[in-house]
Amino acid sequence: MATSEQMIRADLLRLVTAGSVDDGKSTLIGRLLFDTKQILVDQLEHIEDASRRRGHDYVDLALLTDGLRAEREQGITIDVAYRSFLTPRRRFQLADAPGHVQYTRNMVTGASTADLAVILVDARKGVVEQTRRHSYITAILELPHVVFAVNKMDLVDYAEERYDEIARELAELGTKLGLHDPHVVPVSALKGDNVVDATGAMPWYEGPTLLEYLESVELLAGRNLADRRFPVQWVIRPMADEHHDYRGYAGQVAGGVWRAGDEVVVLPSGLRSRVAAVETADGPISEAVPEQSVTIRLEDDVDVSRSDMLADPERPPIVARELTARVCWMSERPLVPRAKLQVKATTRTVRALVDELVSVTEIHSLDEQPSPEQLELNDIAIVRLRLAEPLVVDPYARNRATGAFILVDEAKFETVGAGMILHAAS
Amino acid sequence: MSASTAPRTLSHLEALESEAIHIMREVAAERERPVLLFSGGKDSIVLLRLAEKAFRPAKFPFPVMHVDTGHNFPEVVEFRDRLVAELGERLVVASVQESIDRGRVVDQTGPRASRNQLQTTTLLDAIEEHGFDAAMGGARRDEERARAKERIFSFRDDFGQWNPRAQRPELWNLYNGRIRKGEHIRVFPISNWTELDVWQYIATEGLELPSIYFSHERDVFRRDGMLYAVSEFVERLPGEEPFRASVRFRTVGDMTCTGGVLSEAATIDEVVTEIAATRVTERGETRADDRVSEAAMEDRKRAGYF
Repeated sequence: MATSEQMIRADLLRLVTAGSVDDGKSTLIGRLLFDTKQILVDQLEHIEDASRRRGHDYVDLALLTDGLRAEREQGITIDVAYRSFLTPRRRFQLADAPGHVQYTRNMVTGASTADLAVILVDARKGVVEQTRRHSYITAILELPHVVFAVNKMDLVDYAEERYDEIARELAELGTKLGLHDPHVVPVSALKGDNVVDATGAMPWYEGPTLLEYLESVELLAGRNLADRRFPVQWVIRPMADEHHDYRGYAGQVAGGVWRAGDEVVVLPSGLRSRVAAVETADGPISEAVPEQSVTIRLEDDVDVSRSDMLADPERPPIVARELTARVCWMSERPLVPRAKLQVKATTRTVRALVDELVSVTEIHSLDEQPSPEQLELNDIAIVRLRLAEPLVVDPYARNRATGAFILVDEAKFETVGAGMILHAAS
Repeated sequence: MSASTAPRTLSHLEALESEAIHIMREVAAERERPVLLFSGGKDSIVLLRLAEKAFRPAKFPFPVMHVDTGHNFPEVVEFRDRLVAELGERLVVASVQESIDRGRVVDQTGPRASRNQLQTTTLLDAIEEHGFDAAMGGARRDEERARAKERIFSFRDDFGQWNPRAQRPELWNLYNGRIRKGEHIRVFPISNWTELDVWQYIATEGLELPSIYFSHERDVFRRDGMLYAVSEFVERLPGEEPFRASVRFRTVGDMTCTGGVLSEAATIDEVVTEIAATRVTERGETRADDRVSEAAMEDRKRAGYF
């Protein structure tokens, strides 16, 4: 057990798991939760009881993650589930994206907030179409880390040759897709080999167990620390006697490290100022890092409101009127050229027109097919958008926070797409 | 992505805090009439602290609302009034008793009577009466399996219903708060927190809690394996003999459905240590309302419960 001091200093790793029930994903998650002692007595009793009522002669660990009645009744997983587990080294936030229906939409959703993807590979089947799809989504979402868990090693007699063969194929796939920092771990989720503990079943494997790897991943890798970006969310103006002239810009740091004295350009207006203070409700702080929610005050009384971005004038973002982006379409209503949508990027929402459907990814071969007539649910495509008003953005590969957007239906207000900016032009 | 000078990563509490602050500011910016739901429990006490972090030195851009069943622990109601007064914020109380008096709902009777179910009507009526279009609450995904699948911005129709099959995908930190008239959203800024995170945050921030969270001597009786406080709101069944015990409460709901646990933990540090070593979830141990059926929470959420 960790001391309370250690637990309070633990950092947070967000991960997404991809794979189907057949790959043993639920068993792997169950094993991670079970072996790190996150499953409590009443939860275990509950799933033991539920397994018995379903006539299983084993404890079905998938019941831990299947939360909705329809899922339990039909034995399917409908939606992304989020759960937490904790080790003495790190706090983990896991997005569990189901593998069957809606898998693209679910995995894109789960991966959007993740630092790392765990992709399940069945040791008997090796690299299959689904492995390639999961890897493709991991690559286009620019996850800074990915680990392939080659599962069911017990069913291939823990054979080193088989593992080596799969690891070679995965290395090729990683290079082809441009995966960041790929790792491979041979495991048996069912038997518990190399998930949390190295059991000695695979003495030829000298690397870390899956959990050891997850505990050691360098979190800063996915953050852009070079380009200062601060989308303004909310203007704090107390309008009370004691804080008469106070005007603070509240937001979450989207890039770089912010300190008092930093030069600032306000975009899209182009006005210039300097940071007077970086503070929280508890007072000034020496610096603010990516993902931190803070308040920035400027030296000059310039016009700044929600949807403006504060940035480093030496390394400014793009004030864009045109975007070329990779889009995952998430609506059952097809997307056609000339469609009008709303685009929300950072804290700014503008109207957009679909100028061109450039290409769509053929999901079996992962080849780009030019000029599709329309996009269907779960299609991943390259789309050109013309904006009614400018957005302040970066290419997604450079900054995930300022390069991402969602598409919102103008009539129904539903979220119908996720976008990752490839090029932006004024 | 090149590295410059900064070596620092946020601790998990700092990361969760920043996420929650971001969510609250999005709600304030994107909705016209938000409200923050406050029960007097530890999760909503954390929410109030997070609202201070998000909006000080200004006032909150929303009122605080308590759905008062009339069966709350008196210590909690007292604490609520004092805390909201100290913060200088506006408190709205929506009363289940008034809903009963107005004939909107009928009070249950008998030893197992609880007003827990009735809260939903009072909440939805209050949302409509005040024209609230976003209600922020302290629910967490680790509390229950249905909640693990609920979005942070959870969309409700005209009837306040949650439809798990028609949830909006939630990507990056880009929340879609757009709704049509008559609809509203429930927002859960501490969705990703666990019970232990909440207690660690309370310890780190030095937050004050109602006294019932800490070990104290109280007259209790045993029912369904839980320890209930003896009170005027709960009729005891034959054989439910009261006795004195040292208990604390892990959750704060109605006196009619919240059980205590035997505990000697009298300080926040002792509670954190006890929680870290616990083998039973908080709702499983102390909430009768979740025990009704395998999908008890899902059913209540579909009907508009938090």
